[in-house]
Amino acid sequence: MGWAIALHGGAGDIPMDLPADVREPREACLRHCLQMGIDALKAHKSPLDVVELVVRELENNEYFNAGRGSVLTSSGTVEMEACIMDGNTKNCGAVSGLTTVVNAISLARLVMEKTPHIYLAFEGAEAFAREQGVETMDPSHFITPRNIERLKQAKEANRVQVDYNTRPIPKDNKPPAPSGDSELGTVGCVAVDSYGHLATATSTGGLVNKMVGRIGDTPVIGAGTYANKLCAVSATGQGDAIIRATVARDVAALMEYKGLSLKEAADFVVEECAPKGTTGLIAVSATGEVTMPFNTTGMFRACATEYGHRELAIW
Amino acid sequence: MGWAIALHGGAGDIPRDLPLELRELRESCLHRCLDIAIDAFNARKSPLDIVELVVRELENDPHFNAGRGSVLTDNGTVEMEACIMDGTTKKCGAVSGLTTVVNAVSLARLVMEKTPHIYLAFEGAEAFAREQGVETIDSRHFITPKNIERLKQAKAANSVQVDYTQPIPIVDEPPVPNGDSQIGTVGCVAVDSSGNLAAATSTGGLVNKMVGRIGDTPLVGAGTYANKFCAVSCTGKGEEIIRSTVARDVAALMEYKGLTLKEATNYVIKECTPQGTTGLIAVSATGEVVTPFNTTGMFRACATQDGRSEIGIW
Repeated sequence: MGWAIALHGGAGDIPMDLPADVREPREACLRHCLQMGIDALKAHKSPLDVVELVVRELENNEYFNAGRGSVLTSSGTVEMEACIMDGNTKNCGAVSGLTTVVNAISLARLVMEKTPHIYLAFEGAEAFAREQGVETMDPSHFITPRNIERLKQAKEANRVQVDYNTRPIPKDNKPPAPSGDSELGTVGCVAVDSYGHLATATSTGGLVNKMVGRIGDTPVIGAGTYANKLCAVSATGQGDAIIRATVARDVAALMEYKGLSLKEAADFVVEECAPKGTTGLIAVSATGEVTMPFNTTGMFRACATEYGHRELAIW
Repeated sequence: MGWAIALHGGAGDIPRDLPLELRELRESCLHRCLDIAIDAFNARKSPLDIVELVVRELENDPHFNAGRGSVLTDNGTVEMEACIMDGTTKKCGAVSGLTTVVNAVSLARLVMEKTPHIYLAFEGAEAFAREQGVETIDSRHFITPKNIERLKQAKAANSVQVDYTQPIPIVDEPPVPNGDSQIGTVGCVAVDSSGNLAAATSTGGLVNKMVGRIGDTPLVGAGTYANKFCAVSCTGKGEEIIRSTVARDVAALMEYKGLTLKEATNYVIKECTPQGTTGLIAVSATGEVVTPFNTTGMFRACATQDGRSEIGIW
C-alpha cells in the first residue's frame, strides 16, 4: 500500500453559482496544497509534517476561513483555533482564541511538543506564542473586507452562520436561501505514509458572528480532529453538531469496535450520526484508503493516492 | 428499574494515611451530596437538574478541586472549567477559564440553554456570566491556603501535578517518587427510572498548569459525555483522558460493540488509559452504576433507588 492525502477548505451550503472570482482562487489553492502535500510525502516527510505544512498554506490563503480570512466574532474580531494529532502516538495539540498568531496549526504543534499539556487558549496561548517566537501580526492582518461584509449581513439576519461562501449580496438582490445557515469554514488535512503512519490537522476562524470566547469542534479532540493507528479524520461544518456527534472519534471507533471499513464508518457517521446539512469530513486509513463524505451541498476538497488517484471537487 | 446516581471528588494517588480530618471533611461532603441527590429524585427532578445541583455542592466545598478550592495555575490564579450533557437530547454546555464565577457548572448549563453555542471560554465566558447575572465573586474567594501551599511545592518539585492531597509539611518526606499524584475534578452522573441520563463535571485543573491550559473536563467525549446508553464523568490526568477520549469510548463500546456498562468501563480503564491516570463514574439507561479507577483511589459515592448506597476512597 502507498501514501494517501486529503485536504478540505470547508463544507456547507456552497451555491452552485459561486462566482468565478471566488471559486477559482480556492480551487487553485486546493490544487497547490495538494501538490505540496504530494511532494512532501514523496520526499518522505512524516505525515505529521505534511498535514502541518498543508494546513499552514490553507491558513495563509485569505479565501478560506482560517488564519488570514477567518470569519469574525460578534465584536468584529478574529479568534482562531486549531488542532493537530499524530495517530501513532496519539500525541495531540490544540489552541483556541488566537488573535495575532499567523499559523495556529504550528502553535498547536508546539503545545504538543514543548509543553506538558495538550490545549492552550486565549491569553495563555498568545503568551506561549510570544515565548516560542512564532510569527505574529497585528490582529487587523487577519481581517478581510469580505468578512467584514459577512459579519454585517449576519447581524442583519440576526443569525449565527458558518457560511462565508456566499459573496456579499448587493443590496438589491435577494437575501440568502431560506435554509439560511450555510455552513462552511475550517480547513484541514489528513495523511498516511506507506508505513501506515497517520496524522490529521484542522484550523479555523469559527462561525460568523460567534460570541466572543466561543470554541467550536476543531480543537476538541474526538470532535473535529482525531487520529489513531486506524485512521486520521478532520471534520468541517456546523461545529456544535460535530461536537455532539463526536464525529472524528466515531469514525475511528466504528472501525475499531464494529469492524467497519473506513468508507463504511465515514459514511455512517455523516449519514446517520450528524444532521443533514451540517457535516463533512476527510479521512485516510492505515491501509492507504481515502474518503471525503459530506451531507452538505458541497465541500471544498482534494485528495491523492500514491497509485495515481487524484480528485479536486466542490460539489 | 429505578434511578441511580454516582458522584466523584477526584481520582489519584490518594495516600492511605490521609489525615483523618481531611478525610472526614470530604466524606461528609460526599454524604451530603448523596442526600441532596436522593431528595431530588424523590422530588422527581430531572437527571440534568440533579447532576447540576450535586456538582454545585461539590464546587462550593473548598476541599475538592473545583470552584472554591480549585488548584492554582503557575501564576497563582484560578481558571475553572466545567461541562454538562443531557443524554436524551445530547445537548451540552461547557466553559473554561473562569475566574469569578461561583458555579462553573451552572454557567455551562446556561451556555447550553441560552446561546446557540456549546462552549465559551475565558473573557467571553466571564462576559456571558455577567450578562446572565450569575453569582460571581472576587477571584481571591476561590483561592485557599492549602492550594497556595500546593503550588509552592509543585514549583519546588518543578512538576505539574493534579494532586491536591494535604500540603506536606517541610519536615516530612517529599512526595512519592512517582511525583504526579493525580486528584482533581468533581463530577456527577444520574439516570431516572425512565432511563434519562445526564453527566456533569467541574474542575480547577492541574496544579501549576500553564495559564490558558484546558483539560479534559470541558471537552465533550473526553471528560464528560452522555447519550441514550450511558452518562460518564472522568477524573485524573486530563491529558491522558483527552487522548483516550474516555467518556465517549465507554458509550461507543456499548453502542458499537454491544458491551455492558461494566465491561465497557473496565475495558477503557484497564486497556485504554495508562495505569495511575484515570477514574470514572458511569450509569446506564437500565440503572446500573460503576465507579472504576486505575489510580490508588477515587473519592466517590453512589446510590440506587432500591436503597443501596456506597461511599469510598480506595
